[in-house]
Amino acid sequence: MIIQNEEIVRRHTIAILVDNEAGVLARVIGLFSGRGYNIESLTVAEVDPREQLSRITIVTSGTPMVIEQIKAQLRRLVPVHKVSDLTVEGPSVSRELALVKVAGTGERRVESLRIADIFRARVVDSTNESFVFEIVGATEKLDAFIKLMEPLGLVDVSRTGVAAIARGANPI
Amino acid sequence: MVKDAMSGAEIVLKALVDQGVEVIFGYPGGAVLPLYDELFKQNKIRHILVRHEQAAVHAAEGYARSTGKVGCVLVTSGPGATNAVTGLLDAMCDSVPLVCLCGQVPTHLIGNDAFQEADTTGITRPCTKHNYLVKDVAHLSRVVHEAFYVARTGRPGPVVIDLPKDVLVGKGEYVGPAKVKHKSYKPQLKGDLAAIEEAARLIAGAQRPIFYVGGGVVNSGPAACQLLTQFIHATGYPCTQTLMGLGAFPGSDVQSLGMVGMHGTYEANMAMHGCDVMICVGARFDDRVTGRLNAFSPNSTKIHIDIDPSSINKSVAVDLAIVGDVAHVVEDMVKIWKARQLRPNERAIKAWWEQIEAWRSRDCLRYASAGSTIKPQYAIQRLYEKTKDRDAYITTEVGQHQMWAAQFYKFEKPLHWMTSGGLGTMGYGLPSAMGVQVAHPGSLVIDISGEASFQMNLQELSTLMQYGLPVKIFILNNQYMGMVRQWQELLHGSRYSQSYSEALPDFVKLAEAYGAVGFRVDAVEELDGVIDAMLESDKPVIVDCRVDPSENCFPMIPSGAAHNEMLLGPSDEAEKPVSESGMVLV
Repeated sequence: MIIQNEEIVRRHTIAILVDNEAGVLARVIGLFSGRGYNIESLTVAEVDPREQLSRITIVTSGTPMVIEQIKAQLRRLVPVHKVSDLTVEGPSVSRELALVKVAGTGERRVESLRIADIFRARVVDSTNESFVFEIVGATEKLDAFIKLMEPLGLVDVSRTGVAAIARGANPI
Repeated sequence: MVKDAMSGAEIVLKALVDQGVEVIFGYPGGAVLPLYDELFKQNKIRHILVRHEQAAVHAAEGYARSTGKVGCVLVTSGPGATNAVTGLLDAMCDSVPLVCLCGQVPTHLIGNDAFQEADTTGITRPCTKHNYLVKDVAHLSRVVHEAFYVARTGRPGPVVIDLPKDVLVGKGEYVGPAKVKHKSYKPQLKGDLAAIEEAARLIAGAQRPIFYVGGGVVNSGPAACQLLTQFIHATGYPCTQTLMGLGAFPGSDVQSLGMVGMHGTYEANMAMHGCDVMICVGARFDDRVTGRLNAFSPNSTKIHIDIDPSSINKSVAVDLAIVGDVAHVVEDMVKIWKARQLRPNERAIKAWWEQIEAWRSRDCLRYASAGSTIKPQYAIQRLYEKTKDRDAYITTEVGQHQMWAAQFYKFEKPLHWMTSGGLGTMGYGLPSAMGVQVAHPGSLVIDISGEASFQMNLQELSTLMQYGLPVKIFILNNQYMGMVRQWQELLHGSRYSQSYSEALPDFVKLAEAYGAVGFRVDAVEELDGVIDAMLESDKPVIVDCRVDPSENCFPMIPSGAAHNEMLLGPSDEAEKPVSESGMVLV
């Protein structure tokens, strides 16, 4: 195992399979804050009720040495079953969902609907002066959509953070 | 009601017995009274009542580190648990296996700001290897067995079990340890054979090799130390030890270069700097070892053997990593070494030793005698000479005396040296010695101490008296927080801000007040006699050894400097001022 001491900071998506028990998320988050690692996005939910396993997806960034250290530190946590770096371990799919509230009337309201159509966002709530759009996609797509909504009366955003999974037939 | 139901407290005690616990260090309080009641009713586990919970943890550390067993602690909720935190982090930093049972308020009061409530699992999460809050008595026996498994397996560490009072009182069924298997925690013990083979070839091909041996070897057990020592003898290569690794390789062996790092020997640090193959075994490239990172051993191929994958490439990028238990890895390496008939390059190694001997001849640990004044180094040397044949266990506090002990006391065997390395906890030595003495009642146990550190846990004199533990406390009294004073002299223009201890107690009277024995010595001529008197006593003894208050600990790698930029002594200080960037380091 030879790692070059490169200073190039890259973004990595890391999937972690953990026991769904009290405090496990605090352990993971505490590790990141305590050791000064960056969290850009974090999602967590139970994925296997029978085995009581949850899956945490973390988007973080760092030099190769820091990323290796993050993974090693995560593997060291007792309730962690599996750590997978989706960015380097072959191709993967990642998606995020956002609910975007836009308030306005007249031409701005029509324009927001038109852009939502281009982005394949769905309207999930509507009043005479507002829409809530639901949009699914890569982080960059959501960023672009939200930016376009800003001048059209953007008032509120709720995002899930990234969920990601490896392509192909194999589990984590 | 479950068949054969037992109370939670009974379950805990039964689980401890089944885990082989013989001694528990603790302090009672409201939340743990059910456990203390069960302790009262049995005689399989001995309880040592300390005088402060921090000392309970350090005592358990001393017990664990001198036996290789898991140390066990019992404290109450709230302040009991928070007082234990320093000890827990100390054990975490130095990889000491502990299980600490903490009382907790009843489950229905948790989160209510109840009396003596603390979020113990929250507070101890970053200071422990793992922790548990048991909310249901049905999980209790599994959790206790798991806790011992986690504490001693892989890289050892402390585990906390938080026990709400209603869980201790509630009834449940006991499950034996054989039926408990951990779901996820399975550290890798065997190293990758291909990597070991490559390492063996690198080692054989080395021209300027060095073994850099740490506490992981001690943790792997006496058998691992013996295997590694045999292997190092077979190669004929030099070996340096970290503070935690002292005793893993015989200190008086001709192949031993002594300690590495900030106050390590000149020859060890120069050899680390100039080597071409570094074999790091169970050490972690700590900042006290490496000095300035970008100048650390710049031209070497680095092999790192460690059971903890997170230790690898953490601060120093290595060329070849072997994850596994030292005992297993070295065993495999010896097999490969023999099977492939590998031989060191004798000519190169001879030349390397000549270079090392030249460094050695600088005699970096020399110090100037000053008439009748006792030099602290001399005091340790005399202590060593008078105890080296007695299989003594040495503990220390933290500071100059600790470094002098590490430099001048030679450890031939593992498990005989207890010091607070990673956390640097003043007040560690006395309670730790207490734990060692409990584990080895007939043995000589000495706490090499400083007058400042000693006062951080001196209340434990009372515990020594209660249990008849004849610990010898050898205080190198220089009236300063010596290491703080030294840094102030070297880095802060000799402005000795708050490092002088006024109003020190009369340590002889202090010893006598507790019923122990006290001696004071301030002249070289009387030193041997006082050491003899200390060793002859069958009681706890305090020796107030008045040493030169201005003595500094050398050699020293100043903060921000590299291994080849050591200060060898007082005359060296002035020439090499510490850099700006070095000033901000600790």
